[in-house]
Amino acid sequence: MSFPWAKHYTPKAPLMQWVDERLPLPRLVYNAVGAGYPVPRNLNFFWNFGVLAGLALVVQIVTGIIMAMHYGANELVAFGTVEQTMRDVNAGWLMRYAHANGASFFFIVVYLHIFRGLYYGSYKAPREMVWLLGLVIFLLMMATAFMGYVLPWGQMSYWGAKVITGLFGAIPVVGEPIQTWLLGGFAPGNAALNRFFSLHYLLPFVIAGVIILHIWALHIPGSSNPTGVDVKGPQDTVSFHPYYTAKDGFGAGVFFILFALTVYFAPNALGHPDNYIEANPLSTPAHIVPEWYFWPFYAILRAFTVDFGIPFTSIVIIPAKLMGVLAMFASILLLFFLPWIDTSPVRSGNYRPVFKKFFWILVLDVIVLGYCGGSPAEEPFVMISQVASAYYFAHFLIILPLVAAFERPLPLPGSITEAVLSKGAHEGEREALPGMGSDTQPNSAA
Amino acid sequence: MVRIGAFLVGLFFSGWLIVSFLIGAVTFVSEPPAATVEHEFHLHPKDVHWSSEGPFGHYDKAQLQRGFQVYKEVCSACHSLKFVAFRDLKNLGYNEGEIKAIAKQWAIKTPDVDPKTGEASGRPPVPADHFPKPFANNVAAAAANNNAIPPDLSLMAKARHNGPAYIYSLLTGYTSQQGYKNEKGEELLKAFPDAKTPTGLHFNPYFANLNLAMTPPLTAEGQVTYGPGQPKPTVDQMAKDVAAFLTWTAEPKMENRKVAGRAVLIFLLIATGLAYMAYRNVWADEKH
Repeated sequence: MSFPWAKHYTPKAPLMQWVDERLPLPRLVYNAVGAGYPVPRNLNFFWNFGVLAGLALVVQIVTGIIMAMHYGANELVAFGTVEQTMRDVNAGWLMRYAHANGASFFFIVVYLHIFRGLYYGSYKAPREMVWLLGLVIFLLMMATAFMGYVLPWGQMSYWGAKVITGLFGAIPVVGEPIQTWLLGGFAPGNAALNRFFSLHYLLPFVIAGVIILHIWALHIPGSSNPTGVDVKGPQDTVSFHPYYTAKDGFGAGVFFILFALTVYFAPNALGHPDNYIEANPLSTPAHIVPEWYFWPFYAILRAFTVDFGIPFTSIVIIPAKLMGVLAMFASILLLFFLPWIDTSPVRSGNYRPVFKKFFWILVLDVIVLGYCGGSPAEEPFVMISQVASAYYFAHFLIILPLVAAFERPLPLPGSITEAVLSKGAHEGEREALPGMGSDTQPNSAA
Repeated sequence: MVRIGAFLVGLFFSGWLIVSFLIGAVTFVSEPPAATVEHEFHLHPKDVHWSSEGPFGHYDKAQLQRGFQVYKEVCSACHSLKFVAFRDLKNLGYNEGEIKAIAKQWAIKTPDVDPKTGEASGRPPVPADHFPKPFANNVAAAAANNNAIPPDLSLMAKARHNGPAYIYSLLTGYTSQQGYKNEKGEELLKAFPDAKTPTGLHFNPYFANLNLAMTPPLTAEGQVTYGPGQPKPTVDQMAKDVAAFLTWTAEPKMENRKVAGRAVLIFLLIATGLAYMAYRNVWADEKH
């Protein structure tokens, strides 16, 4: 593939030779995830989450297909068919709990994957396309998860669908026709439920397709690494198999242990009790909240409480609700511009002392936003989410370009191998974790 | 160009958020939000423990049978249990003959059609039937219950925060609103004179808005007669038993789930241990 030192595939078994001449699939596998893909030798455990996200998608597709076999996409029976699956289908409770919690675990690993990319500058040249495709996957995941949550037709399903499609209603003039068109009616009903089911079944395969592009784009420059220094030669790399297949195998084991603990022993801990009440258009729940993985964005949406206009007059330019909707979409869309906003030539946060501090403030900020998004829309949560949302936008749009312009990065190691050897010589074989920056600066010890 | 645009967008959103925050903060200080009666007087469920809790939790079948008896003799007059079938009762320890008898003697008929005339009629349930609903439809249910529809109880234990404890607390939590004080010693009707429970509703601090339409269902010791060797049917005991029964109706596969979960965990711990050793072995000669 792209690296000049990537190993060339030479089939050993006659069968493989026969197949490879007619369809070079063995060659593709060998160069994509086999011994023919050279990977930096210094990846830490934060590089496990891409593979784990792929595993989570497989879990979702397998359990989802089985759920669909027993599901009825009709507002009269949907809630009951899900209950029946859990009560009368062999291991139906397992499929349902694995699917519902699988969505949460998919988001957990994808959020860790995204924050790893943010810390180590994985979005920077030459990997911009990897980052952009990753964001497309993230958006598709959000749409899929939202529509999937509507399918059991519980109270939160129904009212969540109503609130989220209502966001489009905030757009001036065309908003309400768009909302009606999306739902196939004036409120969520059979038409909405059917199309959400159809799309919920389709989108995971679209995600799988974009994942192929994401990995393809990754294999052009090859994987990034914790130092952010380019691979300079074969000594800087190990082959994906067996080195990273072994490491990912261990990571997958840990992932499945945590997943099993949730599915078997706390399957409803991440859900909302109201979704065990059948949808009732006449009874609005006291607090409508989405699933936890949308909470930070929900907090941004609700942080806008004041119409944008000229102060001390009644002139309104943008109503508060529309401001919230715009900001919520902007909070994700701005990530598409990140490669061109953060212009620091140094990729890894380990060598960027100022950036690193702001990165950890951002992590804290997003956790605070998540907490506020899951709380009722009352004080002090609204005021806290206003400050936290303000930091979120300021971080990406104002602080990062300034940091890139004024920060003095620490000296970079000459190569991955040099970094690895100096670390090994002075500190033993410790994993480089973000936040342990000073431990992982190879030159500080030299 | 991108950075100038980003800066302006950032200034727009962050700036307006700070303005919103300042306006909100001024309002918060000048007109603090009024305390609500629900906020001041609503109680979280009592601290009770169940044999079904924890990774080794299991149902106490004798308790589930007592709870079923309470449901049958008290709750089932108004509350449906539509996701549960008579055949499911075998998990409570009833045998086939007993289940047939329970179904046959059930006070409410299963809706059916007359096989000769096709007219709507009812027949005694059989084990394959789900528990029949006490009211033909929501209008009938509301008409018979002071305009409140008694909710289905199949999933009640999962449809409320801390469901089993909530059911127990609600059933034992009815009290007189006159002179009711919270933990801070504030008297409800003195602090909120307008919050007097309307006629036809009943005061219960464990209910979200403090007043509920259901009349206290468990009122006296011995309301349900338990079999020999069972605990005394006090209100407290009956409430606990029916809460345990409704935990089972909400999560009938809980025991299968936990047994399977323990086996899966043992397998995963061994497999992950092996994977870790494989990882260390593969990387043994490679500095990283």
